[in-house]
Amino acid sequence: MKLNIAVVERGPMAIGLLIALFLLLFLGIPVAKVIFVAFQDPNTGQATIINFVDFFRNSLFRESFVNSFYVSAMSVVLASILAIPLAYFTTRFNFGGAALIQTLGIIPLIMPPFVGAVAMQLLFGANGSVNLLLDEHLGFTIPFMEGLNGVIFVESLHYFPFILINLSAALNNVDRAMEESAQNLGSSGLRLFRRIVFPLALPGYVAGAALVFIKVFDDLGTPLLLNVNNMLAPQAYLRITSIGISDPMGYVISVILVAFSLLALWVSLLSMRGKDYATVQKGGGGLMRRDLKRWEKLGCYAVVIFILLLVLSPHIGLLLLSFGTIWSFAVLPDAFTLEHYYTVISTSSQYISNTLLYAGLAALFDVILATAIGYVVWRTKLVGRKWLDYGATAALAVPGVVLGIGYLRTFHSVEVPIIEEPLASWWVIIVVAMTIRRLPYALRACIAAIQQVSVMLEEAAENLGATKGRTVWRILVPLMSGGILAGFVTSFATASVELSATIMLVARETDAPLAYGIYEFMQSASGRGPGAALGVIAVLFVGIGTYVSHVIIERTKRSREPKPIVSEGVPA
Amino acid sequence: MNRFIKHGLAGVALAMASSPLLAVDGTLTIVTSYPPDTTNTFKAAFEKKHPGVKVEMLKKKTTAGIKYLQEISDNNSADMFWASAPDAFEVLKGDDLLVKYDVKVKGIPEKVGSFPINDPQGYYKGFAASGYGIMWNTRYLKAKKLPIAKNWADLKDPVWHGHVGMSAPSRSGTTHLTVETVIQGMGWEAGWAEWKAIAGNFKTVTERSFGVPDGVNSGQFGAGIVIDFFGLSSQASGFPVEFAYPEVTTLVPANIAIVKNAPNQPAAEAFIEYILSSEGQELLLDPKIRRLPVNPETYAKAPADFPNPFKDKSIGAAVKFDLGLSKGRYNVVNSLFDVMITYRLDDLRDATKAVQDAEAAAMGKSNNEANALIEQARALINQVPITEARASEEDFAGIFKKKRKKSTDTVTGRQAEVEQEWDKQVKANYAKAEELAEQAQSLL
Repeated sequence: MKLNIAVVERGPMAIGLLIALFLLLFLGIPVAKVIFVAFQDPNTGQATIINFVDFFRNSLFRESFVNSFYVSAMSVVLASILAIPLAYFTTRFNFGGAALIQTLGIIPLIMPPFVGAVAMQLLFGANGSVNLLLDEHLGFTIPFMEGLNGVIFVESLHYFPFILINLSAALNNVDRAMEESAQNLGSSGLRLFRRIVFPLALPGYVAGAALVFIKVFDDLGTPLLLNVNNMLAPQAYLRITSIGISDPMGYVISVILVAFSLLALWVSLLSMRGKDYATVQKGGGGLMRRDLKRWEKLGCYAVVIFILLLVLSPHIGLLLLSFGTIWSFAVLPDAFTLEHYYTVISTSSQYISNTLLYAGLAALFDVILATAIGYVVWRTKLVGRKWLDYGATAALAVPGVVLGIGYLRTFHSVEVPIIEEPLASWWVIIVVAMTIRRLPYALRACIAAIQQVSVMLEEAAENLGATKGRTVWRILVPLMSGGILAGFVTSFATASVELSATIMLVARETDAPLAYGIYEFMQSASGRGPGAALGVIAVLFVGIGTYVSHVIIERTKRSREPKPIVSEGVPA
Repeated sequence: MNRFIKHGLAGVALAMASSPLLAVDGTLTIVTSYPPDTTNTFKAAFEKKHPGVKVEMLKKKTTAGIKYLQEISDNNSADMFWASAPDAFEVLKGDDLLVKYDVKVKGIPEKVGSFPINDPQGYYKGFAASGYGIMWNTRYLKAKKLPIAKNWADLKDPVWHGHVGMSAPSRSGTTHLTVETVIQGMGWEAGWAEWKAIAGNFKTVTERSFGVPDGVNSGQFGAGIVIDFFGLSSQASGFPVEFAYPEVTTLVPANIAIVKNAPNQPAAEAFIEYILSSEGQELLLDPKIRRLPVNPETYAKAPADFPNPFKDKSIGAAVKFDLGLSKGRYNVVNSLFDVMITYRLDDLRDATKAVQDAEAAAMGKSNNEANALIEQARALINQVPITEARASEEDFAGIFKKKRKKSTDTVTGRQAEVEQEWDKQVKANYAKAEELAEQAQSLL
């Protein structure tokens, strides 16, 4: 009996081992090469945990820890408030422009480094447009961007798409027959949502919420942009970059970040244990989307438009910045011009093509890896399979600069055969770094998707004689397509603005991606406009890509849908 | 001064007559922290001069650039390192990653202000000078009715509370120099007290040095403590900002060096010669670059209001900068600044505000008890955890250096341990100071 299982699982085992090897080679070893310092006595070089003792003895670090936790938890709450209405309205009701709303909802993830920060400050800062207007007309200002609350505000705007995307994918996967039954039994409105729809979509929500939590916990950019130093990630970063690479405290904090992220993940898995979320029927097969009454529709549109305006405001600011001449202590730029776009297009087009190539490849590898890991974790009984999930997710908590240095250290002496160049300065290493750094996003999406597919469907296919591979390819992957797409989009969008690891790895300007170009522009006063223009172009490309993939998914879904025999609630 | 100019003139003439252009070609890879305005200008001009060479500018933050060169050193692919902070070059020199080079161009004096232009051992060369100063946003000042601040002391005024920005010395080498300059100029205790009084008015301590001009340009805060070319180039780009050198400032050279085992050393040498030639020096006057040339000759071609440190002796001359002293306590000063100011900015700000309010209330009244409390509060804020002598003790400073070169080396004490002690003291002091100031206020 035991032997039989082994034979059946030989394929997955090989895949699992390959992935484990990949993670070890491109995540485990490079990171270990850098962070072993955390376990080393700075004076003697012996193995020790004294550095961790130092950490917890220091009141600043303890405070940072509490602050990071508080900010992460509150960001999840605020992000949920933003994401749930958007996801529910667009997946459950006949709602004009649902694909557009879903696309616009993803755009906040593509916040180009630096320029995004400047745009936010110009809009919401102490002397930003909103506060200047408030001060002029109402005589008071709101400190949107001050302290921990500022961090929560910005983080929620930035990361709520993680919940939106995963929850939408999950809502689309819920068997509508369940909702139909509930409705037939008289449930409707909030009760229907609270008791039936939301619990069934919980894997998607938890996947998104866990991502938001971990991401905020580890996020560096936002606290730095707001100059909030007393949180963990900025402390790690500041220590590594200012005191130097051999300072143990930076790595102690990194280790704590990784450990805590894994803990958060484990808790999120625990919360779902013992529950079965799989439904045999996939969404779209059951109930048609419901219609809204006229006033309900108006209300929904008002909510949606308000949320969109709020979450897209940084990009509106970015757009103004890219067309503006001088924008300083004023509600709007002094004048408008196209010059920045000319500058960018004439000097920086290689950044755009590089980014499309790198981020596209990275996102593709990510969904392949994520689907494979999801399969191994949820469809096999291999020993230690959960560690693939944990291992890949740990990448979330590894600071980009640590990964970048680890790569240089590990792969600089490895020559790539044909091109005769060190692996660390070949452009492919940038793709690998992006793949590793964005794998957790794709992974959460794919795992949520696979949890919602009933294993019975695969068993049925196998009973009918399909091989394992064919079952995965023809049954599982198509049923997971929503989640896989969600994973692709998040990975692609976020990889296209990745900076911290790539800036260490770019060895030639011609190989550089867009984020690097923006960074370059943002080093000078005259580069603000062109940097913003480049940011707008990045957002446009990713936005168009997302929109097209939504349209494709919707179309294939429709072609698979059975024609309804009796259509209920025909629009008047 | 005149001697320098004469020297310079003769030197340039000599150099032009005696050095025919050597033919160089191939790719020249330069690791640099400079913005495209600077790099593109020099790249284009140099490629025009040497048509065979293709220049590849590799942009890295200074700290990342150092790291990059260290990591690739066993298989080096970079030719040059080009950045501002002299201490970055010191690190590379210490790691034996640079090569000596004797410049052929003549006419560059030995010092700018009180700072030597070139590395005395010849590993890196200064090509431009920069000094720290104050830049301010004219619209911001007008809207908030703030006076123009031209000296460090002006920024201590309570009207500036919450309107000043600066980068941390641990983040930027040039900021470090400013901090050190003021401390050397005023003395250890008074210098730190000055910084804390200014920092009590900070809106923010930015993470990147460019965050300061960015913040002033967009009006997030009114004034920033910045390096001159940030201020001058922002102004040249059209932002409503102005810049001034305070009396106490230091001019420091921005540098360039050839990396050891450079794949294309001849081209690297040609680049150094070019950047120091009168043609290369003139490029620095470009409004988007705006750095102070190290060749005194070049100032003849500068716009009228361009600061000239070789003529205007008030720039950077007030302080005799002691390089050795600065180097010995480099990391200690950074760490002190971070512990006392960067990481405890909120506490410091609150304490400062309380003291400022109490002082305003005490103005014109003679309540001795309140005045004593205020004085006590000030003293608590100003307290520095260690003495000047202690900061320079080799054993103590060694804790912050973390240079355990061989696995057999040992040093005593851990930075984290020391900082945690300081932090405890500083936090308690600020809290107590706030309390005393409030107490004083209640008496008035």
